[in-house]
Amino acid sequence: MLSRTAENLYWLARYVERAEYLARTIDATLRVTALPAAYVGKTNEWDSALLTAGVAASFYQTYEEANEHNVVDYLSFSVNNPSSIRNCIEAARLNSRSVRTALTSEMWDTINSAWIELQEVWSKGTSTREDLAKFLRFVQETSLRFDGSAYRTMLRNDAYWFSRLRLHLERADNTARILDVKYHVLLPEEEHVGGPLDFYQWSSILRSVSALTAYHWVYRETLKPWLVADLLILNGTLPRSLASCYDNLVRNLDQIGVAYGRQGPAQRHARGIRNRLEHSNMNDIFQHGVHEFIQEFIADNSRLGEIITKQYLI
Amino acid sequence: MAVAFDEMNIPGGDLRPAYQELARWLKETPPEALEYRRQEAELLFRRIGITFAVYGDSESTERLIPFDVIPRIMSGKEWALLEKGLKQRVRALNMFLRDIYHGRDILRAEVVPDDLIFQNPVFRPEMNGQQVPHDVYVHIAGIDIVRVDAEDFIVLEDNARTPSGVSYMLENREIMMRLFPDLFARHRVAPVERYPDELLSALRSVAPHSASGEPTVALLTPGVYNSAYYEHSFLADKLGIELVEGRDLVVKNNEVFMRTTEGLKRVDVIYRRVDDDFLDPLTFRPDSVLGVPGLMSAYAAGNITLANAVGTGIADDKAIYSYMPDIVKFYLGEEPILKNVPTWRCREPKDLAYVLDNLSELVVKEVHGSGGYGMLIGPAATKATIEAFREKLKREPEGFIAQPTLALSTCPTCTASGLAPRHVDLRPFVLTGSKSTTIVPGGLTRVALKEGSLVVNSSQGGGTKDTWILDE
Repeated sequence: MLSRTAENLYWLARYVERAEYLARTIDATLRVTALPAAYVGKTNEWDSALLTAGVAASFYQTYEEANEHNVVDYLSFSVNNPSSIRNCIEAARLNSRSVRTALTSEMWDTINSAWIELQEVWSKGTSTREDLAKFLRFVQETSLRFDGSAYRTMLRNDAYWFSRLRLHLERADNTARILDVKYHVLLPEEEHVGGPLDFYQWSSILRSVSALTAYHWVYRETLKPWLVADLLILNGTLPRSLASCYDNLVRNLDQIGVAYGRQGPAQRHARGIRNRLEHSNMNDIFQHGVHEFIQEFIADNSRLGEIITKQYLI
Repeated sequence: MAVAFDEMNIPGGDLRPAYQELARWLKETPPEALEYRRQEAELLFRRIGITFAVYGDSESTERLIPFDVIPRIMSGKEWALLEKGLKQRVRALNMFLRDIYHGRDILRAEVVPDDLIFQNPVFRPEMNGQQVPHDVYVHIAGIDIVRVDAEDFIVLEDNARTPSGVSYMLENREIMMRLFPDLFARHRVAPVERYPDELLSALRSVAPHSASGEPTVALLTPGVYNSAYYEHSFLADKLGIELVEGRDLVVKNNEVFMRTTEGLKRVDVIYRRVDDDFLDPLTFRPDSVLGVPGLMSAYAAGNITLANAVGTGIADDKAIYSYMPDIVKFYLGEEPILKNVPTWRCREPKDLAYVLDNLSELVVKEVHGSGGYGMLIGPAATKATIEAFREKLKREPEGFIAQPTLALSTCPTCTASGLAPRHVDLRPFVLTGSKSTTIVPGGLTRVALKEGSLVVNSSQGGGTKDTWILDE
């Protein structure tokens, strides 16, 4: 496969994953802000949405205040935000065009139709909450359709594996960030752990990674921070957990290695991260500091991206 | 201007046989149903992304070419004649190109004047004496044909560089089959879907002798912003070959390689959709980033086949066009089956005088222009435009040719006020490999959507139709 094709596929999956993550973030934030103040305290959920999206700094270059209107606009529709949902879909579509030969028609149709809908229905943004809800559903469905099309129609060859690589790197990064932000920025020190504030904060985390129901199935417990962390970091059965993302990354990199008859630094680095996750337990992580653990993970994760690029994409 | 030949109706009210079934069907089908299908077709085109880019149009960078749902139908007998004529013409084009870059018999015989070749900007001195694999120059030709009466097909233009439109021929058929299965069931339409297979085997057959085993073919595109990008990706997909950009290729030791996730891989045949000027910055335009540095030296070393060959523009130049009947006779010793449009060469004083006297009745074209730009359509032009053109002609007569306005045939077409005749042309695609020349039965029918208009170019608002060759 052409290196450029692999690179485009790789980024394409990232844009789609990213758009969905942003939609989930907005959705979860809206739910929390709709609660009476007594349940959620005085923290600004919109600020934390910007933080988990990693765009807080650039946001304040354009806007004064992180309120619902501004943040939704910036994350969803802003042309000035390179990773707004709109820009992600635009970029996904441009990427798709340049690798059309590597995509199945179902995948192309999903992206192209989403792009057309974006222009025809959503070019002016949304004016009501109902509209916004529809828009967020549209984004999530696009991502589901895209993933489903890839899963059901692509040949299981290097094109498929490369597109899965970036998806899991992005997903791991998102999960790690949301944990980090929520854990350290959102939960005020003096707040009593296990109080109502806590409950809604953690449930919003789980909602934003689509794991609230899963939590109950796995633990059959009320929401507890360390169990949420355990689910999102170490539980290999949850598709968005760090452990699960790394199972997939290692497997896909191995498949590429076998197909090409050669292993390299990317395979070794990914295996290293997975082994660390496999041999950790929540006690150690809390001892070590959740923040530190996640910061290291985020750095390692992005390092893997660089290694893959160097090994295959240039 | 003569009355246009009507493809459907014989004057006096009878139908031509090829259109009888369509006419019956149209009578049974309410206009709303046609309109509904038209909208559905448009939606499909948009969703599949069958678009072309219009340069310098900031409003929308990608446009749909309007699609007319009424097919253009031709009988098998008519097609057989056309096919024979096309093969003859393309054989002559290839022999002409080989001769121009080698022995130049035709110049010595004074059939074509020297200066038309040597002073022509599309002539490539780099190709002098250069052996091209299997002596094929024009692997893919798109010959524009118009019909002026029951027997006469006339060649309007030979496209021997990087002709486009074949994706529309194929997609129009797919969409018609989806929308009108019933109409197809009533006809026996010769299939066109073999085209990608034929193209791939033609391309493989012309691989250089240094290619080992199964030759690797790639399609070279200028990139996503090119007007025909959709077609490039469509063809690469159908052929199952890599769609490469200049930056994906690298030349080492006079061999061409593509950069893949497994390292460099040798390429033997490039179906290039990049113009000569941009192919290799070391040989042609140094500012081009679309090409591949060193490609021409790999070509000279005989390690890569370029389809079409470099320098084919000299054969489809409008100045050469008027000599085509003589070129056919010279190389094949046969009478040309397809006629030329009578053409006045403004470079010849006698012709120029005639043209200047009759501007209001003629179509005047730039010798090197394309896509319907920079031409004068006398009968439709204002006095002021004609006078402005007269000055241009006097200043640079060798830059122009003139032709009578042809009565292009008409086909029934969906318009805002119901079915109405509109002018059409036809571009069949002729493939030449090392052993044979083939044409799939059909081509791209372009239609002028405005009443009375003769301009069918997609860049000027023309549309397309599916072209049916009946298999009787």
